[in-house]
Amino acid sequence: MIYLDHNATTPLDRRVLETMLPYLENEWGNPSSPYRFASRAKIAIEKARNQIAECAGCGPGEIIFTSSGTESDNLAVRGTAHALRSRGNHIVTTAIEHHAVLNTCKALETEGFRVTYLPVNSSGVVSIKELENRLAPETILVTVMHANNETGVLQPVKEIADLTKKRGIPFHTDAVQTAGKIPYPLCELGADLISFSGHKLYGPKGTAALYIHEKTPLSPILTGGLQENGLRAGTENVAGIMGLAHAFSLSAESAEREYKRLEELRDRFEERICTLIPGTKINGTGAPRIPNTTNISFDSVDGESIVLGLDLHGICVSTGSACSTGEPEPSHVLVAMGLSPKEAQGSIRISLGRDTGEAEMDTALEALSDTIKRLRSISSV
Amino acid sequence: MGSPSSKEKTDQPEYSGPILYYNDTVLDHFTNPRNVGELAENETDGYGLVGDPMCGDQMKLWISIRSERIDRIAFKSYGCPGAIATSSMLTDLAKGRTVEEAKRITDDDVVEALGGIPERKKHCSLLGVLALQAAIKDWETKCSLKKESEP
Repeated sequence: MIYLDHNATTPLDRRVLETMLPYLENEWGNPSSPYRFASRAKIAIEKARNQIAECAGCGPGEIIFTSSGTESDNLAVRGTAHALRSRGNHIVTTAIEHHAVLNTCKALETEGFRVTYLPVNSSGVVSIKELENRLAPETILVTVMHANNETGVLQPVKEIADLTKKRGIPFHTDAVQTAGKIPYPLCELGADLISFSGHKLYGPKGTAALYIHEKTPLSPILTGGLQENGLRAGTENVAGIMGLAHAFSLSAESAEREYKRLEELRDRFEERICTLIPGTKINGTGAPRIPNTTNISFDSVDGESIVLGLDLHGICVSTGSACSTGEPEPSHVLVAMGLSPKEAQGSIRISLGRDTGEAEMDTALEALSDTIKRLRSISSV
Repeated sequence: MGSPSSKEKTDQPEYSGPILYYNDTVLDHFTNPRNVGELAENETDGYGLVGDPMCGDQMKLWISIRSERIDRIAFKSYGCPGAIATSSMLTDLAKGRTVEEAKRITDDDVVEALGGIPERKKHCSLLGVLALQAAIKDWETKCSLKKESEP
């Protein structure tokens, strides 16, 4: 099997598994319990928090552990909205956010919040000027993702952070697709709230974190005990947290090297695919992108059929994001970039990872070329 | 196809979420679709073109009729695996049938012949049925025009 869907999830790093196992086998105490056996679990968690804070470039008190990127996004968006309800009811986001943010914003609309969904240009980038124009006195949150999961296109997050700082508006960024991939500490993005997830960086599923700048007001969305500074009730996933911290620091260590390596692999693949297969268009090339992602539209064929065709060759890729397969609608991201529904329907996402080398990409290219040729010979358009 | 899924019709999980839970028969019709192609204009007795406005799928279907039977049938489809496999199976079911029999083929017949298809993909099976009915109608119209013009 050749796995080329690392934006959906990544395999668990063996070293990370080794770190986790003792906390499943022996150190299974509840970190909140009042005896020494359990306090070892508590100490472990705080060590993990320190490790993440060091890699991310923040204080340990600014990291909250959650169960998923989706939960981190929910806590950031809903938590800010609820905490600042008395100050205003306006939220600014983009049309291309992950559904974890989009659908949370939609839910907040039913609670009386007003949401602006900023458009993107044909390369998939939001305009700072447009964003600035849409800020209002009652704006209480700006949430713009760092890299888009479907296209890899990067948003000007640092510039947005400069702007929102000046205006005193909390800024959240979903960095699920960039954490562990960018060669600099996550908090250099300058956002007040940053979501990231374990299983996208060779850590375990069910683990994630939210960076919360110390002065950012936030209401919990899970209420109960006082875990995680009262912001996230529930007994901690100790083994998962240990895994997340180790995976995060391993990714940070190799990020610079991997960035260059994947960029070369991806660019070479894109160049060859455009020569080899006519009627091919790479989406988002006009903008800076994370180096592991390529989103490609093919004329006259359907993305799901390409995915199944490649699957039968033992190659895993996806259409759009994993969450949106199963929906008949074309990708909201590609449509926002101005692609026709037909173009959007004919696209696939290929996302590379640590285990991807030249041989894998060559095999994938050949299989893709065969699959497209075959489907076009059947196609009625 | 040796896996149990091609033998047991109940094998399909009751699952309406993500795709790719296709049984081996569906995969076979997706990989090796039957009767793909076009008939030349002088061989074509009936032609049907239908599109599904919901999902953008499209199918073109050609038939030639000999002694009231579907003698040759060919199709081309744009769409998801479900659309390709159901189109293929429909042409298999229709080939050699009398026109009257072919008219009675339903989308359920196509799904049943495939041994089931994911719930979300069931609507695809209608595409082929509609294309076949359109092609038959085209042939019938041509026949009646021909009769009218005869002395």
